Amino acid sequence: MRSDQPRASWPLKLAAFAVIAFLNFPVLVIFLYAFTTEEAAFTFPPPGLTTTWFGVLFQREDFWRALATSLQVAAIATLVAMALGTLLALALSRTKFFGKEMISLLVLLPIALPGIVTGIALRSSINQYGIPFSMWTIIIGHATFCVVTVYNNAVARLRRSSPSMNEASMDLGATALQTFRYIILPTMATALLAGGLLAFALSFDEIIVTNFTAGPQQQTLPIWIYNQLPRPRDRPVTNVAAIFTILITLPALLVAYRLTRGGDEQA
Amino acid sequence: MDAETPRSIAIRFSGVTKQFGTVRAVDDLSLEIVDGEFFSMLGPSGSGKTTCLRMIAGFEQPTAGSITLHDKEMAGVPPYERDVNTVFQDYALFPHMTVEDNIGYGLMIRKAPKAERHKRVQEMLELVRLPDVGKRKPSQLSGGQRQRIALARALINHPAVLLLDEPLGALDLKLRQQMQVELKTIQREVGITFIFVTHDQEEALTMSDRIAVFNAGRIEQVGTPNEIYENPATPFVATFVGTSNVYAGEVALRLSGSEQPFAIRPEKLRLALPDDPTPPDSRSAPGIVHDVVYLGMNTRFLIDLDGGGEAIVIAQNIEHGAAVSAVRGSRVRVIWKQDSERRVQHD
Repeated sequence: MRSDQPRASWPLKLAAFAVIAFLNFPVLVIFLYAFTTEEAAFTFPPPGLTTTWFGVLFQREDFWRALATSLQVAAIATLVAMALGTLLALALSRTKFFGKEMISLLVLLPIALPGIVTGIALRSSINQYGIPFSMWTIIIGHATFCVVTVYNNAVARLRRSSPSMNEASMDLGATALQTFRYIILPTMATALLAGGLLAFALSFDEIIVTNFTAGPQQQTLPIWIYNQLPRPRDRPVTNVAAIFTILITLPALLVAYRLTRGGDEQA
Repeated sequence: MDAETPRSIAIRFSGVTKQFGTVRAVDDLSLEIVDGEFFSMLGPSGSGKTTCLRMIAGFEQPTAGSITLHDKEMAGVPPYERDVNTVFQDYALFPHMTVEDNIGYGLMIRKAPKAERHKRVQEMLELVRLPDVGKRKPSQLSGGQRQRIALARALINHPAVLLLDEPLGALDLKLRQQMQVELKTIQREVGITFIFVTHDQEEALTMSDRIAVFNAGRIEQVGTPNEIYENPATPFVATFVGTSNVYAGEVALRLSGSEQPFAIRPEKLRLALPDDPTPPDSRSAPGIVHDVVYLGMNTRFLIDLDGGGEAIVIAQNIEHGAAVSAVRGSRVRVIWKQDSERRVQHD
């Protein structure tokens, strides 16, 4: 904070701290009880601290399978979303037609609607077409709601860049393909990367839509954690797995934030 | 280009029309632009001048008619195959590239060897008098510097024709006047045909070899700055390029003895006392001073003429203070030489 700015009054500060604590307290609990020596109950303060639960988790083959599935789903869904979101943003930036604003809303819908609605809709569609449930159906489901983060970032960047830039490139002898490679892609790169990272984070910890689109064999990390909860003996292991989820998604979110900071891009 | 060399036609418009939906932006326009000239397209916004420029560049296709570049039909030729380059109004520099890479873009696309590229880029930077900014990004340059880099980038391919779309519009007055002189100098140095779009009549008069005055998708007049200013062909040209008093009908009949419209420049009118004699080669009209505006170099008077009509008179402030001691409400006589009247066509 700069010293020449007026300082907030103390009740306001107190309220701010209270909100931050309220939002983040559950996360602290997870970190704390990943190290507790108790197996089942969470007493406060923890009777002792240990790192054995990390070892226990690393022995679990089903954990590694779930993590691998989640990483694959998130990676492929992100790539699909990046391709679709970029193309849609580029296509819409060049034309004007009645109802153009509606398209942005349609792209937003899969994530704006409750996950349960999106999930049911996807499940019945997949059934309708007789597609067997597999990792690919999860990917399709995730891609539908990941497109919006890429699309929004791409649209915001396109809006800021000069429309005559592409014309300048063509004017200087570049074909449409060369213009895409040398001008459009580089100027949009950071926005696309940010959108992609957000999409990745969004997909990695998604559980509701995943439940509706997964086959019986597929377990993503969030589903694995959810299934662990009723097992009281391994409770700290779940917390360790949750820490892994945070360690994977948080850097993605931070980098995405840094890439778009100072601009008018939005998630 | 030598004065002796027979000049060929660089750009020829033949009956070109451009329709956007129901709007006819360019209307059956024919025009010839000669090799090596500094040609301005002057007109208010929406008069079709920028559309003409974009049709030469290949960003728009004519609805009807044809455009040729050195007698080669341009219909269907994409922008990247035209020997024409553009300086854009907003410069359109590539923000993710250095100044060097911006200027060298055209050569990079043509796969020129790196050494040649470097050499040509440096030459261009010298040409626009910015030899030391090559490593910077466009965002680290001032508006005037960006303008020059955009010019260097467009000139590096040595196009047959350079198109400039209001390139000085974003600069402040002092910088604009400096760039006007510099653009003209650079154009003489490189000998390339410049087609310059502007709505600023002073800019067009300052720089151009010839000017086309645009209005509502048509050309009102083509000529040298001197012809356009001294002999405007239409009332529109007379009032859009500089200021003119234009009289028609009854007022024209009373002032000049003919109903045919005529225009006369305010600096060619002179104020005198009501009883002063009118010289034999001149005409005069009595009136009352309605307004006096002191403009530093000169003073502008607005006169209500007896029997109807107004006259703007501009008098140079050669002596200290206003040239004429007329104030609001003074009775005066406006005097002008008959040969400074210019007959114009009806609209």
